[in-house]
Amino acid sequence: MRANDQGLSVNSGAVAKRPEDVKDGSGSVFSRRTKGDIAFDVVNTIIMVLFTVIMLYPLINTVAMSFNDGIDALRGGITFLPRVFTLKNYQTVLAKEGMMTGAKISVLRTVIGTVTSTLCTALLAYVLSRKNFIFKKQLSMLYVVTMYVNGGLIPVFLLYKSLGMTNSFWVYIIPGMVSAWNMLVLRTYMNGIPESLSESAELDGAGHFTIFFRIILPLSMPVIACVSLFTAVGQWNSWFDAMLYNRMSDNLTTLQYELMKLLSSVTNNNANAETMKEANNMVTPRTMRAAATVVTALPIVCLYPFLQRYFVAGMTIGGVKE
Amino acid sequence: MKPTNAFKKVWKNQKVLILMSIPFALYAIIFSYVPLFGWVMAFQNYKPKDGLLHSKFVGLQKFTRLFGDDVFLKTIRNTFCMGLMNLVFGTVCAILFAILLNEFWSVKGKKAVQTISYLPHFLSWIIVTGICFDVLAMENGVLNDVLVGLHIIKAPINWLAHPKYFWWIVTFSNLWKETGWNSIIYLAAITSINPDLYEAASIDGAGRLSKIWHITLPGLKPTIMILLIMNIGNVLNAGFEVQYLLGNGLVQSVSQTIDIYVLKFGISNGDYSLGTAAGIFKSIVSIALIAIANWGAKAAGEESLF
Repeated sequence: MRANDQGLSVNSGAVAKRPEDVKDGSGSVFSRRTKGDIAFDVVNTIIMVLFTVIMLYPLINTVAMSFNDGIDALRGGITFLPRVFTLKNYQTVLAKEGMMTGAKISVLRTVIGTVTSTLCTALLAYVLSRKNFIFKKQLSMLYVVTMYVNGGLIPVFLLYKSLGMTNSFWVYIIPGMVSAWNMLVLRTYMNGIPESLSESAELDGAGHFTIFFRIILPLSMPVIACVSLFTAVGQWNSWFDAMLYNRMSDNLTTLQYELMKLLSSVTNNNANAETMKEANNMVTPRTMRAAATVVTALPIVCLYPFLQRYFVAGMTIGGVKE
Repeated sequence: MKPTNAFKKVWKNQKVLILMSIPFALYAIIFSYVPLFGWVMAFQNYKPKDGLLHSKFVGLQKFTRLFGDDVFLKTIRNTFCMGLMNLVFGTVCAILFAILLNEFWSVKGKKAVQTISYLPHFLSWIIVTGICFDVLAMENGVLNDVLVGLHIIKAPINWLAHPKYFWWIVTFSNLWKETGWNSIIYLAAITSINPDLYEAASIDGAGRLSKIWHITLPGLKPTIMILLIMNIGNVLNAGFEVQYLLGNGLVQSVSQTIDIYVLKFGISNGDYSLGTAAGIFKSIVSIALIAIANWGAKAAGEESLF
């Protein structure tokens, strides 16, 4: 950053012709660039390249590690590619107790949690987007307040416990069934759908459920897509609920929680690392953890390029709402 | 028209909507409002077998114990400092990144860098802290390798074992994960700045840096203010996952945050009352922070949330 400032301050007095507009990019504009512009671009490019390396290197290195022989990796020097290729890390990780259950539960909670949360939240948004609804104000207040005030960890913990939601799959689903924040985003969007559409359907004798499922929901698809994607990522990535409520139930573990156990067994206990090395002579905690990380991150990284525009659109909708 | 008639009419027209809203109201009450009654615990010596109704009231005893506890006072400091570092560096880096990205000369490169920069936001903290452990490792950790290779340090450092590095490690992890994502909103704000302003500045002979300083940054000011207000209320909330996952016995004095304290003393040690008291303290401070930030923004003539 400092280099950038200095490079520019030298030239800041120079007369810059119209800088290239972001949109017209290349070619003709180059002739009009001053030294200051060029210096700026050089420094900016260096920063961007550095930034990209810092963002990507740890991820690529993890992938390389996950395919590398464990003992060989101890020698160091693994950077972008594995040196001694092996699938042993993945075999060990996938054979590990809990990993398969975790994967199954993670998929289940992501699918069920996303569908129920999106549907319920959209239905609430629909109710609150009806212009004349008599309790509109009260019901939305009830939800908006929850965005600022909550009982905190312990009262919530005791509530779930008394409702029998500990050691149960439902603790992954029920608490997130309605999200106040998503409701606001959805409602803003639904408010923008012309009222005449619902009205004419009503004249044709359609009830609220028909209007919701046949008209409002299909028309809200872009924003529904965003909301459900965010919910899905949140479900896939959460681990704290598994640790807090379901740690006694091995059959309800999640992939993230399994990865966390792997992480803490490695960091807290070096003796453990030694025993593992001997027991399994090509896999070390580090390479095994790399493999588990790749498995856990895989769904998101694979889907990410396709879904990115929805995520960004959602962020901007939320931002406008602010 | 009599009120009863009016109600009948509403009921006739909106029966389905009213019936639909009942489960939603119940859901909010049970899962968001019932826990608030749990706050009573903070003023009791809560025993699970006696429940809320029969536990003995002890007044403010739990709060006095809390504020007499050196460990808790440290957690307040830790939560606050890490939250603040996160807020300040997070905001500055996101703005800088948005501006630099906006000025980047290649449209394709811009898209690529943007895509890469968002990715870590979607990875869980478990994965990100795992990566942290690898990067900071004593043996074959890339940070130590690079620093030793450049002769900046003589021997590898065990970064996570020294309290003096911990807050910076947390801050950098947050930056790595969120800078790209946080910049989205600033990028959107930059594109909505009137291009005529840049045009006029160019005619007046302004350089690139002075255009950033005199046009882009002032154009971003309302966005920055709103996000700051929103995030100040969250300062105390920014202290759980990463500290919990990266922390260890050696750096406990600087890594424990209020949320970790609640988890440790409230749930693991079973002192629900003490944990709840700590939670209440956090909630009240958070709400006060939002109110102060909002009031400050209003007083300064900026936009405010309420």
